[in-house]
Amino acid sequence: IHFVLLISRQGKVRLTKWYSPYTQKERTKIMVMNAQLAQVIRELSGLILARGPKLCNFVEWRDLKVVYRRYASLYFCMCISQDDNELEILEVIHYYVEILDRYFGSVCELDLIFNFHKAYYILDELLIAGELQESSKKTVARLIAAQDSLIETAKEQSGSISNMIVQATK
Amino acid sequence: MTGPSLMDSLFQRTLEDLIKGLRLHLVHESTFISKSLDEIRREVRSPDLDTKAAAVQKVTYLRSLHGVDDSFAAFPAVELAASPRFRHKQIAYLAASVSFHSATAVLLLLTNQLRKDLNSSNEFEVSLALQCLSVVCNLDLARDLTPEIFTLLSSSKQLIRKKAIATILRVFGEYPDAVRVCFKRLVENVESSDPQTVSAVVSVFCELASREPNSYLPLAPEFYRVLVDSRNNWVLIKVLKIFANLAPLEPRLAKRIIEPIGEHMRRTGAKSLMFECIRTIVTSLSDYDSAVRLAVAKVQEFLVDDDPNLKYLGLQALSIVVPKHSWAVVENKEFVIKSLSDTDPNIKLEALRLVMAMVSEDDLSEICRVLLNYALKSDPEFCNEILGSVLATCSRNVYEIIIDFDWYVSVLGEMTRIPHCQKGEEIESQLIDIGMRVKDVRPELVHVGRDLLIDPALLGNPFLHRVLSAAAWVSGEYVKFSKNPIELMEALLQPRTGLLPSSIRAVYIQSAFKVLTFCLHSYLFAKEAVASSSSCAYDLESGASDSIPEKGCPEGSNLATSEALASSEQNEDFNRSFLCQSVEDNCTENDGDTLVAPGPSSSSASLNKLQFTRGSIINLLDLIKTALGPLAGSHEVEVQERAWNVLGLIKLVEQEIQDTPMQNEGKFVMEELKASEIMKLMHDAFFGELGPVSKSAQERVPIPDGLMLKENLNDLETVCGDVQLPSTCSFSLGKPHFEESSGSLFDFQKKEELEPSSESTSMLAEHRKRHGLYYLPSEIKETTSSDYPPANESKLAISVSVSDDVDYLVKLTEQSLVPKKKSNQTKPRPIVVKLDERDGVRIAANKPESKNDLISGAVREVLLGNEGIPTSSQGKHFDKLSSKTRGKEKIAIVQPLGSTGLLANAGNSELANSSPRRSKHVSHGKEKKPRSPRNNAEGCEERSYRDKKKGDHRHVKNKARQSADGGVNVVAQTPVIPDFLL
Repeated sequence: IHFVLLISRQGKVRLTKWYSPYTQKERTKIMVMNAQLAQVIRELSGLILARGPKLCNFVEWRDLKVVYRRYASLYFCMCISQDDNELEILEVIHYYVEILDRYFGSVCELDLIFNFHKAYYILDELLIAGELQESSKKTVARLIAAQDSLIETAKEQSGSISNMIVQATK
Repeated sequence: MTGPSLMDSLFQRTLEDLIKGLRLHLVHESTFISKSLDEIRREVRSPDLDTKAAAVQKVTYLRSLHGVDDSFAAFPAVELAASPRFRHKQIAYLAASVSFHSATAVLLLLTNQLRKDLNSSNEFEVSLALQCLSVVCNLDLARDLTPEIFTLLSSSKQLIRKKAIATILRVFGEYPDAVRVCFKRLVENVESSDPQTVSAVVSVFCELASREPNSYLPLAPEFYRVLVDSRNNWVLIKVLKIFANLAPLEPRLAKRIIEPIGEHMRRTGAKSLMFECIRTIVTSLSDYDSAVRLAVAKVQEFLVDDDPNLKYLGLQALSIVVPKHSWAVVENKEFVIKSLSDTDPNIKLEALRLVMAMVSEDDLSEICRVLLNYALKSDPEFCNEILGSVLATCSRNVYEIIIDFDWYVSVLGEMTRIPHCQKGEEIESQLIDIGMRVKDVRPELVHVGRDLLIDPALLGNPFLHRVLSAAAWVSGEYVKFSKNPIELMEALLQPRTGLLPSSIRAVYIQSAFKVLTFCLHSYLFAKEAVASSSSCAYDLESGASDSIPEKGCPEGSNLATSEALASSEQNEDFNRSFLCQSVEDNCTENDGDTLVAPGPSSSSASLNKLQFTRGSIINLLDLIKTALGPLAGSHEVEVQERAWNVLGLIKLVEQEIQDTPMQNEGKFVMEELKASEIMKLMHDAFFGELGPVSKSAQERVPIPDGLMLKENLNDLETVCGDVQLPSTCSFSLGKPHFEESSGSLFDFQKKEELEPSSESTSMLAEHRKRHGLYYLPSEIKETTSSDYPPANESKLAISVSVSDDVDYLVKLTEQSLVPKKKSNQTKPRPIVVKLDERDGVRIAANKPESKNDLISGAVREVLLGNEGIPTSSQGKHFDKLSSKTRGKEKIAIVQPLGSTGLLANAGNSELANSSPRRSKHVSHGKEKKPRSPRNNAEGCEERSYRDKKKGDHRHVKNKARQSADGGVNVVAQTPVIPDFLL
């Protein structure tokens, strides 16, 4: 998988994750890279959003393939090499969505907008270096929950500390 | 996420605020973003970690979704990563993985933090660090953190182990030497009991093997076991991918895996796995008929499925299989054709590719008809896809599959009339190309060209202008085949040509020039000829096509003369009273006076002769004058120049023609001699034969003795400036004002033009045997002359006789052909020889990317030769050190080798590597030294197996020896290999 992209129906980008260095030469020039990424996104969203509902989920793009799937108003796109298995990627997408769904409880676009970091964390559990890591939904859910609880406890602690500070400064 | 109580963070905008704000400020989004960025800039400097965290999170959000430049937040992110709190770490690493890249300066600062976290006891921290590393990894990071990852590869925690395995892929990519340290452990993990771990390892190998499969052949037994045992579809898909890469390298491997793959295909219900099986078979195992049959049967299931995805993939699988097993497509022909009208453009495209892949000489016309029908019906984009692929297929290998060129030319004409056609350029070049290459099709070509020119509707479509230019050129060049030149002239000068771009107008005018020349010539010579009883009624089909091309211009003109003779005879004899039915076109032009009186319908039907009367010629001249007069003042040089040429010619001849009294027509008129002389020259000039020219034809002309190239070129430039125009183009045939110079002009151009391209010659050679009559006769004549006049002399000699000229050209082409053939054979020869060598494959694979070479070299070394390294887990540091130095040496060795493309660099480098190893492990060194060459031999064992099966015995011995004193791992692996591969 070269990258993962979530685009809303209006063409707004909701999440991007790049696994392969996209612009090897321009890496040093950040601005150029940005422009290129923006270009990629624009190209793709034009390509994908224009497609009707009953068409197949694969688009050839440059010398790669993009597998996309639409859930409600969101398009989940993953870009893969020519010899990757499209159906497998479709599964991955579906799988990611299911996990999101389970985590947020019937996920909607707003969830992803406001919890973009959570979406990232979940994706990271799922895929590393563009390879599928965890094929069990339960495990992913468990891991995320564990991390969340870690955060919660940390927050409580910090809360108490800050309370102390507050009291001290009073 | 409310901030803590410090003052500045009290009023900090949280991420949620930011997002809400963004959603509110849809209109002025950019100003809002820049405002928030200013805030963030301030906040990230805050000493309070929570504030910083919130700021970093915000900037990450902006970065990932709005692409803002966040380099200022890089350092704070690193700071944040050092925070003891997990939440901060999480945010920091997320920020790092989103925005850092291998050139970010602060990465160096992150190294330590990553190391600390990799060694952390909290598995989530470790996994965070690994995730981050897998994204930002660069050479330094990879080198510095390899030991940590190495430890994690055998971590007891599954979560960490599998992430470490995945991360290693990036590490290998950046730092190939890590392979030496980690590879063994990686391989061990294949046998892990945990499916996730296996999946991760297999994925890694899948990626590695897709880059350079050779090195991983020794691991085949492990993968085979996974293939047979695993029931996890994810893993199976990846393993199949690995085998798809490995199988072509080792035929016996292919034989072994067919069985389990077939088993999976029968058993599985998962479409993804099924598809992977199919693809593996069609790509790598296409030699095994039974497997292919099974796969094609499954593809058929895909094709009839409702799911467009499966349809698409089925078509794709078919297109992979088609080069080797065309029956697979033929069986599904109906479906494929039907898919052309699918709603999904992708499916249509795929079907189109398939259709084009299965065309042959026999069904070409049928398929083209079907396709053109589809093209008519479909949307513009796909229509052009169809046209493009039809054009490309038909022109492949110099029109290899086309038998009936008349048909093809008319198809080209049809294409032009398809409303969405945008392939003008391609059609143009093919029309001209065919015109030059295929002699027999010219009448039809002119016919098609005429139809195109006459249609005023086509002029409005800018995409077709190029086609029209070709049509104009064709009808100008081969006007002698035209049934009605005057009508042609009409078309060329119709008012709507004003819509054309100037370059194409220029072609039009030039063509008009040629047509005019032709008309005048036939007219004048018809008159000169005393009404004789020339019974030799040449008819177009036999006479013209036979004699003209063989002898070139003089014959052409002679023929034209005799044609004119014949026509004039009729003219004279039966004339004027008859107005035959075929005149209708002419009538539109001529206002009904005396004008064109074609021969009696009986003879005109058979002869298609051209008849001109004085009146018609005068009308023609008038027409041209009115049409071109305004253009003489055109701002476009090309147009203006050519218009003047035509007008100048008219001026030259007009007077005499008009002066000639009507009643003189029948007699021989001496006054006209001047005009007819002019016309004769012009005519001769134009009716030379144009042949296809290869791009390098000019270079191949041998320099004659005594020819001082530079001197003469200077001369040439002063004499005639515009000779150097590319000769294959439609317009460059010269446009001389003075016929005196024209002789030399054309001589030089024809010299270039008449040389057939050696490529096409060789390509056509075989084909010609089959369809000989459709092609130009090969230019090589029986004349085996030795010396011919040098170019500068010929310039003088040319005006003497035209027929000499042709002989000269023939000689020239012949001479230039001889060295061509030689060079054709000698040039590619060295390459071919190289490819035949045993290691050709490897060279090809290694050459392009030295990095893969490094990895695979390292892998090979680890797999085959690392017994020398003592149990690496204990002596980790030492091991790492040594591997590092070795690695450096290796890079130094391999790279020059790789760049020069020498053979067997893998072997060499192993040899070279064995020497430092020897010095370090003295005890092993003694054994090692004599054996290392054999290790090499084993390195390319597959190949040597294939090449000489006799060598098997030796290899077995080899292997036995090696496994005997090899390390534990090698023992575990190598014994399997023989029974598997042998």
